[in-house]
Amino acid sequence: MDVKTKEKIAFAMLLLATIIIITPVAFIIILLLVRGLPALSLDFIFGMPREGMRAGGIFPAIVGTLYLTLGTAVFSIPFGILAAIYLNEYAQRNWLTRGIELAIINLAGVPSIVYGLFGLGLFVTFLGFGASILAGSLTLAIMTLPVIITATREALSAVPWNFREVSFSLGASRWQTVRHVVLPNAIPGILTGTILGLSRAAGETAPILFTVAAFYLPRLPQSIYDQAMALPYHIYVLSTQVPNVSVKIQYGTVLVLVLMVFILNLAASLLRTHFRKRKTW
Amino acid sequence: MNKFIEHRIENLIFLSGIASIVFVVLIFIFLLKEGLSLFSGTNPIAFLFGRNWYPISDPPQFGILPLILGSLLVTFGAIVIAVPLGLAAAIYVAEVAPTWLRDILKSGIELLAAIPSIVLGFIGIVTLAPFLKNLFNLPSGLTALAGSIMLAFMAMPTIVSIIEDSIVSVPKNYKEGSLALGATRWQTIYRVILPAASSGILAAVMLGIGRVIGETMAVLMITGNAAVIPTSILQPVRTLTATIAAEMGEAVAGSGHYYALFAIGIILFIISFIINLLADFFLHRKKQRA
Repeated sequence: MDVKTKEKIAFAMLLLATIIIITPVAFIIILLLVRGLPALSLDFIFGMPREGMRAGGIFPAIVGTLYLTLGTAVFSIPFGILAAIYLNEYAQRNWLTRGIELAIINLAGVPSIVYGLFGLGLFVTFLGFGASILAGSLTLAIMTLPVIITATREALSAVPWNFREVSFSLGASRWQTVRHVVLPNAIPGILTGTILGLSRAAGETAPILFTVAAFYLPRLPQSIYDQAMALPYHIYVLSTQVPNVSVKIQYGTVLVLVLMVFILNLAASLLRTHFRKRKTW
Repeated sequence: MNKFIEHRIENLIFLSGIASIVFVVLIFIFLLKEGLSLFSGTNPIAFLFGRNWYPISDPPQFGILPLILGSLLVTFGAIVIAVPLGLAAAIYVAEVAPTWLRDILKSGIELLAAIPSIVLGFIGIVTLAPFLKNLFNLPSGLTALAGSIMLAFMAMPTIVSIIEDSIVSVPKNYKEGSLALGATRWQTIYRVILPAASSGILAAVMLGIGRVIGETMAVLMITGNAAVIPTSILQPVRTLTATIAAEMGEAVAGSGHYYALFAIGIILFIISFIINLLADFFLHRKKQRA
């Protein structure tokens, strides 16, 4: 067989593998839309669950997920950005910095259920927050931290070094330089990475299992010390724990979560394209 | 005054910087604090190599060998499926696909990465499990194989994007040199580019394994959850992660069962720690050489 034929066969195999991976993605999206859209109605989105979750809406789960995502943002964004500023603008190349980098890599790789155990041990039990929005948000925030740090650090390091040198030469201190020169130029990248991190937190189930998630709670949470329903856990409950839930409600709930996550992702990717076009350096 | 505030802010920046180390240490301490209590009553060998996981019988038996084997079987199956497909797709996206198609494929893979694992678990229950049940004539489609296929799919974005990155970062002149010598594009890919990208490929495999072995919800939903030593990939199995997720809700705080689940957490933490250090080592080696 000559080399040209070999190449053709090889490329066809590569294409085939790619199709095998991509087709199911399209299939899943179409399946969710076709089966889920008919379930969506105002009553479904803004109504309380009834008859042991076999009827009615999923409003408490939607609100719970929004609160948890917001809580995650409050705790993870400030510390994540400050940590990235430390690594990119202040840290020397030494063992401490290397240690921090390894810690971030490991935080990113710790299985989500282990975060759940940690949250149970530290926030729920040791600090006495109980199963609550507070404990769940803190657990999700620590899990999201490595994503935000990594994205922010990339955005900071993309700001050209001579921007800083000009600022220093004008007599600005390091913090003034970071605050007025580096950060404004890095904001788009930071936003994109942060939104992606939060969208992942919104869809997580394992970390909230023992730290906040309520099986069935047909009212809205009143404070951060309350338990709450959440969409991912609700999907788990509907598809494995409660018998005879109509397929329509299952697909509808799944579609709502997927739409929330996709809207966040879309926002992130629009931001990215928008600012990339405007960038002049 | 200004100096004072600035000093405060820089202190805060430093504290946030080292927070990651603090959290890793805290996670390990809290797992140890609860998990090690198990070993006042159970010996570690019996825990690791015990063949029976009967946490609520009297007396309870906390042998996690079936769970370890369940995790290994599902992970092995997933990697066998995911690595060849992911490698092929990464090569196609990085080297073969025309630009317009490349953008579509990359968005498709990003889309897959964005789907929460609970959603893939649900899809697995309603589509994959019935399909496997009919295909192999099984009593139930919820098996190790279903878990492996679903996990392979979930690990794909990690594997494809890291391999693609490492292919793209192979210096251009390697490729040009090979093509100038008269090699075809395919010869250039497998003789020149892939060897040069091998560290990145190894890192992708390690991170893929890490993603798969730590995955919880999808596995809990579609592997059938039988804590027995698996003999076939068409049997239901139960993984380490799924055991914690399924049982912690019912375990009484302070009981042997509760401690045993934390002890499983220690094992998972150590596995992910080793895998991530290895992956980082491979990625670092690549950077130093390039």
